[in-house]
Amino acid sequence: METDTLTVAGAVGVDRVDRGSYLTAGGGVRSWLFTLDHKRIGVMYLAAILTSFFLGGIFALLIRTELLTPGQTIMTADTYNKMFTLHGAVMIFLFIIPGIPAALGNFVLPLMLGAKDVALPRLNLTSFWFWMVGAIFALVSIIVGAVDTGWTFYTPYSTTTGTAVISMTLGVFILGFSSIFTGLNFIVTIHKMRPEGMTWFKMPLFLWGLYATAIIQVLATPVLGITLLLLVAERTLGVGIFDPSLGGDPVLYQHFFWFYSHPAVYIMILPAMGIISELVSVFSGKHIFGYRFIAYSSIAIALLSFLVWGHHMFTSGQSGITNMIFSALTFSVAIPSAVKVFNWLATMYKGSIRLAAPMLYVLSFLFLFAIGGLTGLFLGALATDVHLHDTYFVVAHFHYVMFGGTVIAFLGGLHYWWPKMFGRMYSERWAQLSALLIFVGFNLTFFTQFVMGSHGMPRRYYNYLEQFTRLHQASTIGSYVLGLGFFIMAGYLIHSLFRGRPAPANPWGSATLEWETTSPPPSHNFDRELSAGDPYDLDSLRYDPNIGGWVRKNPQSILLAQGGTT
Amino acid sequence: MSDQHHPSGHDPAVAHHFESADQQYQSAKLGMWVFLATEILLFGGLFVAYSVYRSNHPEIFIFGHRFLDKNLGALNTVVLIWSSFTIAWAVRAAQLKQIRLLKWLLVATMVFAFVFLGVKVGEYSSKWKHGLLWASRYAPHAEEHVGVDHNAAATSNEASREVGSSGKPAVVAASAGSAPESGSSRSTIPLAPEGPAGLAVEGEGSAVGHETSLLEPANARIFFSIYFLMTGLHGIHVLGGIGAMLWLLLCAFRGDFDGGHFTRVDMVALYWHVVDVIWIYLFLLLYLIH
Amino acid sequence: MAEQTEHGAHVASLRLLVVVLIALMFGTWLTVSATYVDLGALNIWIGLAIATGKATLVGLYYMHLRWDKPFNAFVFVSAFAFLALFIGITLMDTAHYQQVIIPAWPAK
Repeated sequence: METDTLTVAGAVGVDRVDRGSYLTAGGGVRSWLFTLDHKRIGVMYLAAILTSFFLGGIFALLIRTELLTPGQTIMTADTYNKMFTLHGAVMIFLFIIPGIPAALGNFVLPLMLGAKDVALPRLNLTSFWFWMVGAIFALVSIIVGAVDTGWTFYTPYSTTTGTAVISMTLGVFILGFSSIFTGLNFIVTIHKMRPEGMTWFKMPLFLWGLYATAIIQVLATPVLGITLLLLVAERTLGVGIFDPSLGGDPVLYQHFFWFYSHPAVYIMILPAMGIISELVSVFSGKHIFGYRFIAYSSIAIALLSFLVWGHHMFTSGQSGITNMIFSALTFSVAIPSAVKVFNWLATMYKGSIRLAAPMLYVLSFLFLFAIGGLTGLFLGALATDVHLHDTYFVVAHFHYVMFGGTVIAFLGGLHYWWPKMFGRMYSERWAQLSALLIFVGFNLTFFTQFVMGSHGMPRRYYNYLEQFTRLHQASTIGSYVLGLGFFIMAGYLIHSLFRGRPAPANPWGSATLEWETTSPPPSHNFDRELSAGDPYDLDSLRYDPNIGGWVRKNPQSILLAQGGTT
Repeated sequence: MSDQHHPSGHDPAVAHHFESADQQYQSAKLGMWVFLATEILLFGGLFVAYSVYRSNHPEIFIFGHRFLDKNLGALNTVVLIWSSFTIAWAVRAAQLKQIRLLKWLLVATMVFAFVFLGVKVGEYSSKWKHGLLWASRYAPHAEEHVGVDHNAAATSNEASREVGSSGKPAVVAASAGSAPESGSSRSTIPLAPEGPAGLAVEGEGSAVGHETSLLEPANARIFFSIYFLMTGLHGIHVLGGIGAMLWLLLCAFRGDFDGGHFTRVDMVALYWHVVDVIWIYLFLLLYLIH
Repeated sequence: MAEQTEHGAHVASLRLLVVVLIALMFGTWLTVSATYVDLGALNIWIGLAIATGKATLVGLYYMHLRWDKPFNAFVFVSAFAFLALFIGITLMDTAHYQQVIIPAWPAK
């Protein structure tokens, strides 16, 4: 068996866990809070967003517990309004929007490019600090009495309610800048720092997903910024733009809000789709099917996402012609998503499927996202939307796409890159159990809500008719199962940090560049200059049982040609 | 740009993760252009509000713009254009290592910026004096406190207002058009027979001392909301630009540009030019309404 | 005229900067004068055209787009394109529902 530098590196990786990696290079809180290392920033973001997910999840469990019975169960109606507002605001602005790009993208993007860092490391750190400041504002708002407007802050209620709207909206405004800076950084990095040989169409598809996401982050988020500024100006100065008694127009607020917030949902799903592209190929042991279609569809989704915001406003008083145009465009945006799903299925066809934990999440994603996407069509059709708007049908739809789509893919990516980030393998058995509980719990929680919604159960309602009690109770039990699944996940992941089997450089057999360095990587990422080949050429790898991981059959093939200079 | 550690042969001015100075420069440039795109969308929201209200209620714009002094607006436009010129020249100076010239040009740009803000402060305080503020604080009156309370139910049918004059002539901007005809009003709310005291002296030979009545449409206050929001956000950006230029000046004194590393000047200049361009549109859309 | 820095970055000539300055001043004078001529609905579009001309001069010459990689210009222009989309659709919608809320609205 030939020993080459990279096989040795794989073996050496066994020792890298405890010394010589980015995790241990310089300790102390200051070295982390003021780091310029994208890997550390990514890990800090990961901790931050997982904490937010936990907080948002607590709010969710409180909501579901309240809904066990009609009328009061554990809280008053006013408190309930605050619960669903905070659940939405925390989950959306603190967890899911930054989510995959900030926590996984920051870590993986430069590694996938064979680069030492993102293009603008100080901007990266600034983006993280902005997240922290925004989170503090949000926490302040929660502490001084929270908000009860719903996460959408619709006028005129948001401009007149006595709750802590200003601190929350200012928090979201600041979080918006965190998002913009991340997107800006990714655009510049992908444009300027691709390695030798990596043309646009030789990039891993996760990067196409992050790039398309960045386009939306950069173009849409400023509009949210100005919308929230106007809301604050309305509350503090009384500028009257949205107030009819001062000559303003409250529906204008909705146009402003949804111009960002619809593209925002694609900020959530595009990186998730990028992860699925990576995972489905590796765990089917096959080259991705339809690479160009998947790449182009990411850009198509990003662009089309700006054309459909009015489908949130079908019943708001929007004009008939506008309703029709938005409905038609909404159907069109489903097409590129469907293209991706077909390509992923085709990738799996006749592949050699490994049901490791990341793949379980891929399968969950395909099932759940398909349901979420298809139910979007019911909502995109005017005649049905009139009945379904503001019911639990909508709640179920967006949880299927955001949770069943984005969060599931995020979990798949987390399990996939966990060994790279922390140098440890987690317990496969417990991971499979957790994935199963999450799948079952999720469907129990949210499928019942499709049924409820189509029977007329309104969303955001504290009280409800007797006939819905059984379904609400089933949904609540589902949420507890979900909670259990996540609790178990927290357990085995934290356990792996201390007791997990040290990870080889390439535990899964992927051909993308982040696996060409040790797990975890050194601070400077790579010991050699790399050039890129086909990111899905899985035949270029073979399994080496000595190290329990995969290695290149020809290690020289991805090294930058000696004597070549850039 | 500072660096953590530089492998042998690596230019210390190039950060460790970049292959070359050019890659670093191009990255900074692209990054700044993407940021400027976000600024366009940020202001863009206010332009949307402007478009919506102007298209559906043109009468409040035709009425309201008369209280903006076209000459001051034009002056400010010229001032910002000159400031763009001086900062563009400053970039050239930094590129050619003409450090003394660079410092003077930065100072000149800041002077222009302060002049701009000074004029705006003048305009704002005159509005304040006459109660021409945003919607909820709209209470137009002549110099002395003789206004009628406009804050009560603006949409009530009682939209007619009488502004008592106390010797102060009602000076009204006499642009080419006369007061808007009632036929052009889209609202069924009856127009006011007498508007608040005008303040701007527009154009040559304006009718100073000549009392003219002006029909104030309902919700005229929205014009001023839009005016303050747009020029206010712009003003905040001017302040930010001044801060950035101050920083550049400090860097110049520290010798940061002695070696010809002009990227920072270039980036701040790009930002400043966008501030200028946005004003070009604001001037047109707020001051020059026909 | 094609001065360059050590690293090959383009340096704008002073003459060019001054020429653009004069053009911008002229454009300002033109815009203000145009308001004294009544061309009805055309006025705003003429004003916007002049303003866009001035913006283009600033962009091309002061902001260096003339000598930069074209992608930078594309980024900037696309922001305006999306803004136009936002304005266009919102205008269309708000115009349509004015009929519903204002009884005397002239029917379109």
